[in-house]
Amino acid sequence: MSDSKLIDNSNIHTEDMVLNMGPQHPSTHGVLRLKIHTDGEVVSKIEPIIGYLHRCFEKHSENLTYEQVIPFTDRCDYLSSMHMTHAYSMAVEKMLDLEIPERVEYIRVITAELQRIASHVFFIGVFGLDLGAITPVTWMFKDRERIIDLFEMLTGARLLYNYVWPGGVSHDIPEKFVQRTKEFLDEFEPKLVEIDQLLSTNKIFIERTADVGVLDKDIAINYGVSGPTLRASGVDFDLRKKEPYSIYDKLDFEVPVGKGDMGTVGDSWDRYNVRYLEIKESIKILRQCLDSIPEGDVHEALPRKIRPKKGTIYSRYESSRGDVGFYIKSDGKNIPSRVKMRSPAFSNLCILPYLSEGWMISDVITILGSLDIVLGEIDR
Amino acid sequence: MSFVDIIINSLSSLELNYTITLLLAVVIPGLIIFLLMTVNAIVAVYMERKISAFMQDRLGPMEVGIFGFKGGKKFWGGIGQTIADAVKLLAKEDIIPKDADKFMMILAPFIIFIASFITFVGVPLSENFLISNFNIGILYILAMGSVGVIGIILAGWASNNKWSLYGAMRAAAQIISYEIPIGLTLLLPVIISGGLDVHSIVDWQLENRWLIIHSPFTFIGFFIFFVSGIAETNRVPFDIPESESELVAGWMTEYSGFRWSLFFLSEYTNMLIISLVASFVFLGGWGSPMTIFNIIPGDYMYLDGPMWGLFWLLSKAVVLIFVMMWFRWTFPRLRVDQLMYLCWKVFIPFSIANMLFVGMWEVLF
Repeated sequence: MSDSKLIDNSNIHTEDMVLNMGPQHPSTHGVLRLKIHTDGEVVSKIEPIIGYLHRCFEKHSENLTYEQVIPFTDRCDYLSSMHMTHAYSMAVEKMLDLEIPERVEYIRVITAELQRIASHVFFIGVFGLDLGAITPVTWMFKDRERIIDLFEMLTGARLLYNYVWPGGVSHDIPEKFVQRTKEFLDEFEPKLVEIDQLLSTNKIFIERTADVGVLDKDIAINYGVSGPTLRASGVDFDLRKKEPYSIYDKLDFEVPVGKGDMGTVGDSWDRYNVRYLEIKESIKILRQCLDSIPEGDVHEALPRKIRPKKGTIYSRYESSRGDVGFYIKSDGKNIPSRVKMRSPAFSNLCILPYLSEGWMISDVITILGSLDIVLGEIDR
Repeated sequence: MSFVDIIINSLSSLELNYTITLLLAVVIPGLIIFLLMTVNAIVAVYMERKISAFMQDRLGPMEVGIFGFKGGKKFWGGIGQTIADAVKLLAKEDIIPKDADKFMMILAPFIIFIASFITFVGVPLSENFLISNFNIGILYILAMGSVGVIGIILAGWASNNKWSLYGAMRAAAQIISYEIPIGLTLLLPVIISGGLDVHSIVDWQLENRWLIIHSPFTFIGFFIFFVSGIAETNRVPFDIPESESELVAGWMTEYSGFRWSLFFLSEYTNMLIISLVASFVFLGGWGSPMTIFNIIPGDYMYLDGPMWGLFWLLSKAVVLIFVMMWFRWTFPRLRVDQLMYLCWKVFIPFSIANMLFVGMWEVLF
């Protein structure tokens, strides 16, 4: 890390100032508390303190039936609820060995990719806000609102959907949903250029993010970083490609990887850009799915009773934040004996103390913003 | 003729006591400046809200009216919002933290307020609408403009809050650094026109041409001055002293109510002062746009007069304020070391070189 330090003051001995950032702070994305040891503006050490949003999700699940756990998974990552329910349902289906109808898989992929767009769009806006650009967030919220409206049409809820169930989805898509989604995509795609002009190629934005918080390939892998944050470091790893689930093996899309266009591979600009490019890939996937969605009954495979055999299962899913894993242990009853969630944002947050050492307070905000954490998922 | 002169002249016919005359000559302009500052803040805040709203596809304030007048559909909607806000601010609880240095914390907003207040004494609004005409006009504006930083440091230190301290230190470093390019670029009109006071600079421009197009170097000088001015007023992209997403509210974190509104008032006043100074130094002051090239000598008399002068100078200032707001809602924020880099390694060398070249230009042409 020594080469990326801005000021070398190793020979002067002064006392560090401890600065408490959070839990109430404009840009800690929820209730994260950072104990920052600073020397002037330069950060020497960071201790993230989590647990302010702990809701005992995992322990609570041990007293609920498999169906009752679904709404709680929604509330883990509240910015991509569809992904969490999908991930959980996949784990339960794996336990039950269920065959899922084709139509259900298509609907699930459509909702998942819409959710990925919503989450990344939100990230772009909030990342701009962290850097002091106020306008992108309102523009992005407008587009996210359209997606949320689509979800409202689909499920009746705007944020926490409880839509994907083990074996199917709660109800079939409404009549005009496909057409409206297509309309949305047609309007949204040209708008991405605006964000490119306002933020990605802005000189100040590049100054603030390029070469800041460079995450090397091997360190990212060692820390268990996943999702867009990992891909920004140049690792081509996406579960949708490497361990295809659902119908992703039939779809044609690319996995954007950080190339270091503005600085080094794995800097904050790359982490931003990978998410920006992923929106475009999601649009591509959505168009393919919407064109070829088959007919069928979405409730066909819904099990009457979820009572898996004794045993354990681990299932992985690529959410908008990374690799969500569900470990479920069953002892033959209708309630799980243990549910453990692998939270991608938690692993991504672990890298923060390493990345921020030697940078300034402003850069800590940049790096934290670029990791795109959701505290609901970290604390569970 | 300046405002103070006019008052003393008109009072002398009444044959009042000398002390009373002097008192009136101080109090009346003081009230006028205060009124100007308040009106400016109210109008500028409304303008800022509407501009930001239109840039972000919103409507901005639409509900609060004034005297039963609610305003039109879009632009004039919510015209009473800032007045309601001002009343709200004055009625708010004034919180002083337990461990804060009470005396200094109370003192700080007044120092900041007084700094922008007395700067206004030397800033013209038109040919005769100048509170007091100093023969060292520009020097006075420069000197008084930098008094406010004492208040900022006091406010940050006395709040006994680490965020405030960071904000204050950043603000002090930033404002003191950017004083230098501002001072160096304000020397260009002095070199060219040969006078430090407001009238000689503007009269030179009215007789010849606006300074911004006088030579390529004054053209660069204008931009250095304006960008440094934005940094001096702590606005985006140079708002690091009060950067919302990093330092919560910087040196204003612990202030509320009336004291906070004094900060607010002086911030918007500083914006107006920077815009007015930029207008009268580089953009021809109270001259109409006809004077920009002065192709036909004497043509500047067209659309000229006390009222027109006020109109032209204020219009130029409002355009510059609009540009400042435009920046604010477009750019992200710089980091503190990048800000210092911009000042010490870009602006200061450029403005020193600028001075040299302007001197050469004046000798050659």
